[in-house]
Amino acid sequence: MAEFQSPVFRRIYVWEFPVRIYHWLNATCVILLIITGYLIGNPLRIFYANEAYQQYWFGVIRFTHFVTAFIFFFNFLARCYWGFVGNSFARWTNFIPLKKSQWREIIEVIRVDVLQTAPSERTEIGHNALAGFVYFLSFLVFAFQSITGFALYAANSTSLLPKFFTWIVPIMGGDFAVRQWHHAFMWFFILFTMVHVYLVFYHDYIEGRGTTSSMVGGWKFEKDEELKRD
Amino acid sequence: MPKKLPSFWEAIEQKGYSRRDFLRYCSIAAGMAGIEAVGIPKIVRAFETKPRPPVVWLHFQECTCCSESFIRSSHPIVADVVLDYLSLDYTETLQAAAGHQAEKCLHDTIKNYPGQYILLVEGSIPAGNDGVFCMIGGRSAEAIFQEAAKDAAAIVAWGSCASNGCVQGAKPNPTNATPIHKLTSKPVIKVPGCPPIADVMTGVVTHLLVYGSVPQLDSQGRPKEFYSRRVHDTCYRRPYYDAGLFVESWDDENARKGYCLYKMGCKGPVTYNACAVTKWNEGTSFPIQSGHGCIGCSEANFWDNGPFYRHLPSFPGFGIESTADDIGTGVGIVTAAGIAAHAVTTNIRKKKLIEGQKERALKDKDINGDEGGKK
Repeated sequence: MAEFQSPVFRRIYVWEFPVRIYHWLNATCVILLIITGYLIGNPLRIFYANEAYQQYWFGVIRFTHFVTAFIFFFNFLARCYWGFVGNSFARWTNFIPLKKSQWREIIEVIRVDVLQTAPSERTEIGHNALAGFVYFLSFLVFAFQSITGFALYAANSTSLLPKFFTWIVPIMGGDFAVRQWHHAFMWFFILFTMVHVYLVFYHDYIEGRGTTSSMVGGWKFEKDEELKRD
Repeated sequence: MPKKLPSFWEAIEQKGYSRRDFLRYCSIAAGMAGIEAVGIPKIVRAFETKPRPPVVWLHFQECTCCSESFIRSSHPIVADVVLDYLSLDYTETLQAAAGHQAEKCLHDTIKNYPGQYILLVEGSIPAGNDGVFCMIGGRSAEAIFQEAAKDAAAIVAWGSCASNGCVQGAKPNPTNATPIHKLTSKPVIKVPGCPPIADVMTGVVTHLLVYGSVPQLDSQGRPKEFYSRRVHDTCYRRPYYDAGLFVESWDDENARKGYCLYKMGCKGPVTYNACAVTKWNEGTSFPIQSGHGCIGCSEANFWDNGPFYRHLPSFPGFGIESTADDIGTGVGIVTAAGIAAHAVTTNIRKKKLIEGQKERALKDKDINGDEGGKK
């Protein structure tokens, strides 16, 4: 076999510590919220051996859902804040495709992901434009779930925060509709998680820039020549 | 000029009620309106001095279940006083007058007591086809309502029909049944329910009489004293919910034990009403106590909110039996299959990709010499 040589890669610090913390806290919260939320909607039919005074498992599930929701909400707010003060990879401009180059990259990434063509040009070292835009849409869903969730929670809470969200109830026509949509959007999170995890692996593989490990250590890798080109 | 009206006490004294009956009524009324014990003298004073307001009770598109509920108020004196001694000047169902006499009663009240009478509206108003679906005395429901609403001291929407359209307003709503708050700019006190609880109805009327003001309303226009809590949070079966003990089918052991009806489609968790507190028929029972889930009759659009016996409704646009969970599961399976197929094709391309990298690396070597490191 002929001896061959790899291009030189440079390490680039892409994901700052707050971004990484946000990501893993968010991932944990989302998974917990999906599990507890699904159970609240469809309680298990086991646990019938005891009397009511001997167990509180459903209450614990609900409590977990509520506490996790608070963490999720404030974590989300923190990320929004970081979108204005963080480094260029964390900036809000990555999430909303306002530039023509971002739209070009969206089409390029769709070609690579769906048609599985070889990448013809280098994609952004941070979020690629399509990923960024999908995250923006998911932020809208985060906001929707937070609003509807707190609106539902307000009825059995004395705390102040949930009361700021009850305005959604008359708009949607009552708790029933709010609950229904809150439940339906749970499926967004399930599908998002599936596709997100797969695409991280896929892009890690086709780009070879350390996409998967970057969310742990923060570093990504870029060919020297690509950096020189910028 | 508005005519001078006798006070409450004067009116019932004339009818032969004793002072003791009167005071007893005042205490009950205080309880109904959620006023604490020290507030009772205030009520006595109000009923002794305030003129008894005339009441106009209009019936439009409805089934009269609100009236039926009302006359079953838990204490006879409450119903008695409200019906006989509240100056009920016009109500199609209960008035003795008929035809032109009845119409005259209505017009006299509106003309003689502007800004003083209380307007109670039972039923929705059809706004479609110029309102031909509900005509009384040759006039449309909306015309009658607008005339009565103009000078009313307070407007109360009795029941779900007047509050949110109820069954007539359910899809496809052929008559364009419209709740009254959409037809007037005046504040409307909504007392939803199909029917509303009798004691809640008398409670609202009592509040209007005693304070002469609109009770504190929530964001949907319902009196907070009766509609601020969910049936679920006041339900005596709530401990079973928190313990995760549910009725699984109507004839199982759990149903016999009186476990929570959540999984049988009970709408208690999304329904704001006082059923579990005041109960019905002199505090005898309420739906959940009788073993049936709440159907959410005091919530807007409850007829369109899916089957009564299932918690998750059909998802709009996907057939009557598809819930969001069915659709979500389906999409999830398709997604998983797509991911699997994608992974397979990616691996088929793998060899080519590795070869390509090798070639490019070799080319790099030609350009860069040995500086780039070896593999």
